Amino acid sequence: MDNFIKIDNLSCGYAGAFSLGNINFTLPKGTFAGIIGPNGSGKTTLFRGIAGDIPLKSGSVNLNDANLSHLTNKQRAQKMAIVSQFPDIGDLTVEDYILLGRLPYRKPFQFFESEDDYSIAEKYMRLTNTYHLKDKPMRQLSGGEQQLAAIAQALTQEPELLLLDEPTSHLDITHQVQVLNLLQRLNHEMGLTVLMIIHDLNLASEYCDYLLMMKNGNLHCQGTPFDVLTYQNIEQVYGTLVITQINPNSGKPAVFLVSERMRQKVNQQNG
Amino acid sequence: MVIAVIYSVSVGEVKISISDIPSILSSGDGMDYFILTKIRIPRVILAIAVGGSLGLTGAILQGIYRNPLVEPYTLGISGGASLGVTLVVIFGLYDAGMYALPLAGFVGALLTIFLVYTLGMKRGNLDINRMLLIGVMISFVTSSIIMFLMSVSTTDKLHGIVFWVMGSLDEPNTNLIRVIISISIIGLIASYLFARPLNALQLGQAKATHLGINASTSIQILFVIASLMAGACVSVAGVIGFVGLIIPHLARQIVGTDYRILLLSSFLGGGLFLVLSDIIARTIIAPSELPIGVITGMVGGVVFMVVLSNIRRKSKLS
Repeated sequence: MDNFIKIDNLSCGYAGAFSLGNINFTLPKGTFAGIIGPNGSGKTTLFRGIAGDIPLKSGSVNLNDANLSHLTNKQRAQKMAIVSQFPDIGDLTVEDYILLGRLPYRKPFQFFESEDDYSIAEKYMRLTNTYHLKDKPMRQLSGGEQQLAAIAQALTQEPELLLLDEPTSHLDITHQVQVLNLLQRLNHEMGLTVLMIIHDLNLASEYCDYLLMMKNGNLHCQGTPFDVLTYQNIEQVYGTLVITQINPNSGKPAVFLVSERMRQKVNQQNG
Repeated sequence: MVIAVIYSVSVGEVKISISDIPSILSSGDGMDYFILTKIRIPRVILAIAVGGSLGLTGAILQGIYRNPLVEPYTLGISGGASLGVTLVVIFGLYDAGMYALPLAGFVGALLTIFLVYTLGMKRGNLDINRMLLIGVMISFVTSSIIMFLMSVSTTDKLHGIVFWVMGSLDEPNTNLIRVIISISIIGLIASYLFARPLNALQLGQAKATHLGINASTSIQILFVIASLMAGACVSVAGVIGFVGLIIPHLARQIVGTDYRILLLSSFLGGGLFLVLSDIIARTIIAPSELPIGVITGMVGGVVFMVVLSNIRRKSKLS
């Protein structure tokens, strides 16, 4: 199971505009992986290529040795669940919204959810701590709660791989940590493989055990947070001066930004 | 609904008391029997079929466009049908037989659907917003052409066009009524095969695909079902506006957004609404009758404004 996800020479993009170089990586089952990189580096394009939202120009996405482009939408939805950055919520109650995650398991001519569907939905609502909200309309939920409900919906698909596009970017720190802790728990306890785009380098370092760093449509480097989050890599990719140190509490790398004044001070001290 | 149907059967130029209906029907003879079976009952059935189809198509189209303001007629289907009928009237082709007008309307509607569909395709993909814009444009263009044709035509022809465009459930041909009934029932059943895809489409085309739905295929089939139903309705009953717009709205307020319930409610609601409108149209200035499009338009317009202002208030709150 060392190459649970295998991205083979993948290239995709938009006609006449941005396009990815050939991307190669493999992840073992149970990895918690993050895609990082500056704006416009191709994170989202790569994400959409893997999710099957845009056609691939070349290469393939393989999950458990199955080429995803050979599967039907339904088969794919049973293996892989996707949580987008701003989930569309429609005009639904939380429970109805989450039950939509059972659609990939619908039999032909089955109009109503089975008992199983309800119990699975309930299980993941409890796990994501959204059960008490189940009769509320989605639009009355806060951003953080909506994100949790979106994750609950993805979990009811009972996928092997969970893809998330910046699940925390518009949340405050309480909800950021809440969402990421949930993902960490799912990853640990259920062995769910998680691949997410994440902007915040420190959160990426803290939660992910594997990082993919994008630059100009190419994979600049990949590896553990220690390998990837070096100040050299960050300077090359982001063009920004940073200091990296080890967080004494977690033992993971931490990234500190450098202000203009601080840089001048340091330069003066160094003569 | 049952009450409305019975009442509708009884009122009209010749009043038939409700309590007499069973005995008249069982007698199988006489003037009243003739009025009931040949005029009133077919008319009520037609009202249910047309109203139901319009309500259903409205619900489907609002579902696939994810836009609550879409109705069969915003997509130019009525415009195309009206243009077809206008041309037939202007060139005096209606002598060709009683099927000429409905056929012209249907051909016009089909051509519009074809145009919207092909122009809406972009690199092999159906672009929904593009289809919507093209439909609205076709509506404008056809209504301009109709106005031009009307301005150069004679008075008697003008009357024919105007009356048709305003819509009427007065359809003497039982064969056509049968066709409409079958289309509306087939449409209802067919749409139910796509009830769960419609539910998923509430979350957008991309998310529906992620949930294992063949979103673009579903949208294409639903579009064809909806437009054929709408085209058939327009060609038989003329332009009866707002049913397809407000009925799905009201149904959604009452039963929620689950399409497994919503489709049937929209169908029944549309049927009921049209039966009621028809009663008003026939009684308000009796013994003559108003075009039913006038009633649905007026009621529909007011309800629509109320709904719109509610939406605005909601969005302010959130």
